[in-house]
Amino acid sequence: MHEVSLAGGILKIVEDAQAREGFVSVTRLAIGVGVLAGVEVRALRFALDGLKPGTVLDGAVIEINEEVATAWCLGCDSSVAIASRLDACPNCGSHRLQPTGGTELRVTDLLVRDAVPPETITKE
Amino acid sequence: MCVVCGCSTGGAGAADHVHEHGDHDHDHGHAHDHGADHAHDHAHEHVHAAAASGDLHYGAGAARVSVPGMSQERAIKLELDVLGANNAVATRNRNHFAAHGVLALNLVSSPGSGKTTLLCATIDYLRETRPALAVAVIEGDQQTANDADRIRATGAPAIQVNTGKGCHLDAEMVEAAFARLPSHDLLFIENVGNLVCPAMWDLGERAKVAILSVTEGEDKPIKYPDMFAAAKLMVLNKTDLLPHLDFDVDKAIAYARRVNPEIEVLRVSARSGEGLEAWAGWLAHELAHAAGRAHEHGHSHGNDGAHEHAKDHAHEHGHADKHSHARPHSHGHHHAHAAPVGTSAPVVAVATAAAGDDSMRSRLAAIEAELVALRAQLGDAA
Repeated sequence: MHEVSLAGGILKIVEDAQAREGFVSVTRLAIGVGVLAGVEVRALRFALDGLKPGTVLDGAVIEINEEVATAWCLGCDSSVAIASRLDACPNCGSHRLQPTGGTELRVTDLLVRDAVPPETITKE
Repeated sequence: MCVVCGCSTGGAGAADHVHEHGDHDHDHGHAHDHGADHAHDHAHEHVHAAAASGDLHYGAGAARVSVPGMSQERAIKLELDVLGANNAVATRNRNHFAAHGVLALNLVSSPGSGKTTLLCATIDYLRETRPALAVAVIEGDQQTANDADRIRATGAPAIQVNTGKGCHLDAEMVEAAFARLPSHDLLFIENVGNLVCPAMWDLGERAKVAILSVTEGEDKPIKYPDMFAAAKLMVLNKTDLLPHLDFDVDKAIAYARRVNPEIEVLRVSARSGEGLEAWAGWLAHELAHAAGRAHEHGHSHGNDGAHEHAKDHAHEHGHADKHSHARPHSHGHHHAHAAPVGTSAPVVAVATAAAGDDSMRSRLAAIEAELVALRAQLGDAA
């Protein structure tokens, strides 16, 4: 359920970027979700779709990229890729793993359009 | 595909999905039917006006990429953590707690694990055994002030935070509640009963304490690994009931260590009082760290130094549970809090605070309700 709050946070980041950059619309929004971030991608997409209308994200294509997780294995002192917090080390079988990546939810990229200054617009 | 916002119209939410400007498309020379009183001489006049007032209502036009008056696309690289805004407030809270020498703990569990009962028993026990320690509580629930009322009945100040539809406390709520509490040493933040969402929100606490009652399954740590991975301590509560249950304590601990090799474990019964001394000792020890880190007023750590640890974590310094600086402190850390309140504290109603304004909150609440309905349809357990 926290995906709704996260969708609000994503919109806030885009609106902050808009305040800085002055664009008028977003055509594509890319989000990176670590597999250990505790985010249900389907729920996040649903929440974002519900939030978009009437905001700067109206009409934006939303791209959600799942990112692999990495962990440091205390058993064999190496960095390994994992898919969940329950995984054992693929090298030595130890469960003593400290996640080092794939725990974040980030807004990574925006593709935006700016308003063309009025004098350059051809009146219809 | 909806032409206005690009949303899928096949989802369960689509039926409720009303577009205010659904009746005008911007690719056909502006034959608007929304009142003739504003003539568009360029496509996005209304967008600019809205932006100037600080409200963002881009109800029209953006869906069609060929809208006149718009530039070519350009890319912006952001790489921003979505929880960054919350984490910034959490850091502020953490500094604030440290400056006051306050130990803040974030108590997380399923509903019904006995968090509030444990807190009441803890407050009573600390009053008997460590009377100089001032305890305060922030209670998070979706609705009602029942839990804060129970805490206040013990004599400790408490602030209830009702999250409305929200499934977790966030750092902003804690900041607001902390400012309403009188000066204290130990702050318990009882999160919304939920083993999923609160794991993600840093409140500025020194540690998360996960409470698992033995009437639950011993496999909860691996069913909800994010929470147990985030916790420093797991309290196994209701141990007085163990003789009547099949709960396997060793297995529960092994599962918890599988997701969090460093997690400490205490067995407690709020009802019988079993384990309360070890729990109080853990709290006093953490408080010593919190207070010691915050202000250097020369503790003499020369006394026995023999405190009990739940497990074998190495000490970088050898101080004892029993600090020689009697509380209350006399080094002037009276809180500059705006409105200190006592045991008759009001309920602070804080809505889901992902975004700043009320209209956003009500929209988030509506979407949340839709999401709950969708999940129910899908038979999703979360």
